[in-house]
Amino acid sequence: MQSLDQIFVTGKQWLLAFLPEALQPVGSILLVIAAIFGVFATLFAVTTILERKILGRIQNRFGPNRVGPFGFFQPAADGIKMLTKEDIVPRDADKIIHFLAPLALIIPVALALSVLPYGRNMVPVEFDAGLLFFFAVGASTELSVFMAGWSSRNKYSLVGAMRGIAQMISYEVPLVLSTVTVIMIVGSLSLVKIVEAQSGFLFGFLPSWHVFTPWGFAGFFLFMIAATAESNRSPFDLPEAESEIIAGYLTEYSGFKYALFFMGEYWGMFAISGLSVTLFLGGWNAPFPFLQFIPSYIWFFTKLVLIIFTFIWLRGTVPRLRLDQLMSFAWKFLLPLALTNIVVAAIWFFSRALQFPGALGLRWIFCAAILAVSYVWLGRGVAQAQRAKRVYQYAE
Amino acid sequence: MNVAFILIAGLTLGSAIAAMSLRNLVHCALCTVITFAGLAAMYLQLNAQFVGFAQILVYVGAVAILILFAVLLTRNSENQPNTLLASPSWIIGILVAISVSGTIIYAVVKSTRLAQTLPPAPEATVQKIGEQLMTNYVLPLEIVALLLTAAMIGAVIIAMRDKNEKEDSGSKMITGNARERVSQPSTIHHPSSSQKTTR
Amino acid sequence: MTPLHHYLIFSALLFSIGLAGALTRRNAILVLIGVEMMLNAANLNFIAFWRYSAHPEALTGVMFVIFSIGIAAAEAAVGLALIIAIYRHYKTTSLEKVDSLKG
Repeated sequence: MQSLDQIFVTGKQWLLAFLPEALQPVGSILLVIAAIFGVFATLFAVTTILERKILGRIQNRFGPNRVGPFGFFQPAADGIKMLTKEDIVPRDADKIIHFLAPLALIIPVALALSVLPYGRNMVPVEFDAGLLFFFAVGASTELSVFMAGWSSRNKYSLVGAMRGIAQMISYEVPLVLSTVTVIMIVGSLSLVKIVEAQSGFLFGFLPSWHVFTPWGFAGFFLFMIAATAESNRSPFDLPEAESEIIAGYLTEYSGFKYALFFMGEYWGMFAISGLSVTLFLGGWNAPFPFLQFIPSYIWFFTKLVLIIFTFIWLRGTVPRLRLDQLMSFAWKFLLPLALTNIVVAAIWFFSRALQFPGALGLRWIFCAAILAVSYVWLGRGVAQAQRAKRVYQYAE
Repeated sequence: MNVAFILIAGLTLGSAIAAMSLRNLVHCALCTVITFAGLAAMYLQLNAQFVGFAQILVYVGAVAILILFAVLLTRNSENQPNTLLASPSWIIGILVAISVSGTIIYAVVKSTRLAQTLPPAPEATVQKIGEQLMTNYVLPLEIVALLLTAAMIGAVIIAMRDKNEKEDSGSKMITGNARERVSQPSTIHHPSSSQKTTR
Repeated sequence: MTPLHHYLIFSALLFSIGLAGALTRRNAILVLIGVEMMLNAANLNFIAFWRYSAHPEALTGVMFVIFSIGIAAAEAAVGLALIIAIYRHYKTTSLEKVDSLKG
């Protein structure tokens, strides 16, 4: 079992042994890059077809079912269509920036994917400040949105880009603040150490994942909401709202560049889902002791696929928000709740010293009560704001 | 000489020159991003990982976006008339800059007190930085926190449109909040229409 | 291995580029970019001197740069807010036209 768990690690070492000593670092890097691109390009293809199938099921229709058995070769057909399409660039577009925008999305996203621990000893690049690196490169994807929107010389593109950046900046605050709790408890920014801190089992059977603590539970939900907005997924898909502004900043993109954007957005979703798995769902740890024989990477990807399924489910269920709802939700609800969660995590951390019997239950109830009260109180504020008469700025 | 150093230095300086000399302000801002990223790469080369990531997070993720928003929120600033060369202060500015850089480079090259050997890579781990921040540098940390809070409130208040101005401008904009105005498409000036007006 | 003075020369060049931009350009936003560039050049000096110092474990240079980045962020936010406020008043961001203290 140990050998099956480490099969990719030993496989990489075996392959590298063929290379001369001097070329081994380069070979290692190339191998890792090839693995990331291969795995996530495949996952991208699988996700697109699954998304269309699941959405079809939710909306009581079949979804694509023409190409191959049950339509499962649809991604290949889509890919061929994308690659053979004409690459149209608007005459007035800023051609260099128009060309660079998809690259400015795909490179940071691929970098972000390279710091996640996919399994035991399976982290492509191990940084002491891996989480900071993730957010640093994740923040630079906003530039790509701006470049795409501005360079297209299209009003819809610009509106979409402005919406996108405003949304991404706003939701980055609760996103980062909800991860601060994990950093506080684990005491490290290293993603590998965060996963190791979640190994082991409480009472011998309950996984000690962060999501099973009050602050972790709240943090996980805050993180997932912010992550949905950050990856421009429905119900936060205002930047690309087809029914309002065509396709937002993607309006003037076609052919291969559009495919790159499309892939970049999905990879961004994989990256942020992988981060939430790493931070809150125990990374590559097995949920039960008797399931530990299953290799670690299988657990990671199982959890990843489950999160992606949740994203698809949300997309099929929840209607799109309005821009003012989006903003007030981020600043008036998520941000105060994330700050409260930090306080709760601090209480949780310092009440570890309590050792009397039943202390764990008491801590649990106390922390959960603080979160529940603030949730209800803040939620009432949001609900009241929505009942107020809306002032229309341009429609009147 | 280190090849990586030359490449990064060349890219950074080139983009810095482009940022300071291009006419389109959006191009300037995007070139500045390359400069900031190049500096982050320099920090990584110097084993200052945390600072390098913080540089990307703050400058590429936040300051660059702020600059781009400022460019788009101020009309007529995107395409400037080509009066750069006609100004007499142009030559003076360049001369001052050349003399400053010449002085510094002369001092650096002539200096004999600069360390010539590279000490073994120090461990600037996040934990050590955090310990230092909470012990020796706790007062500066608090002051920076205060400064950032004050700056945030100040920026919102300065950029907030007050009631008198709202009537002057005659727009129906009722939001009194900088953040919401950022998401207002009407104030964003579109590049193509500016070209039409200047022609 | 890159000697220390290469970093210093590089930062001197970057500083002077920022200085030249801040002195010659008329747009307030570009002046602010120039100032940011000068700050960044100074930061690089701190990091380079820290890396080549005899006692890098003191982390003085790193600390200075962290605070400097924080202050630069505050400066950029306030500076750009001021530019937007000025623009709203004068309908221009050209520094030559903003020449009276009284509105």
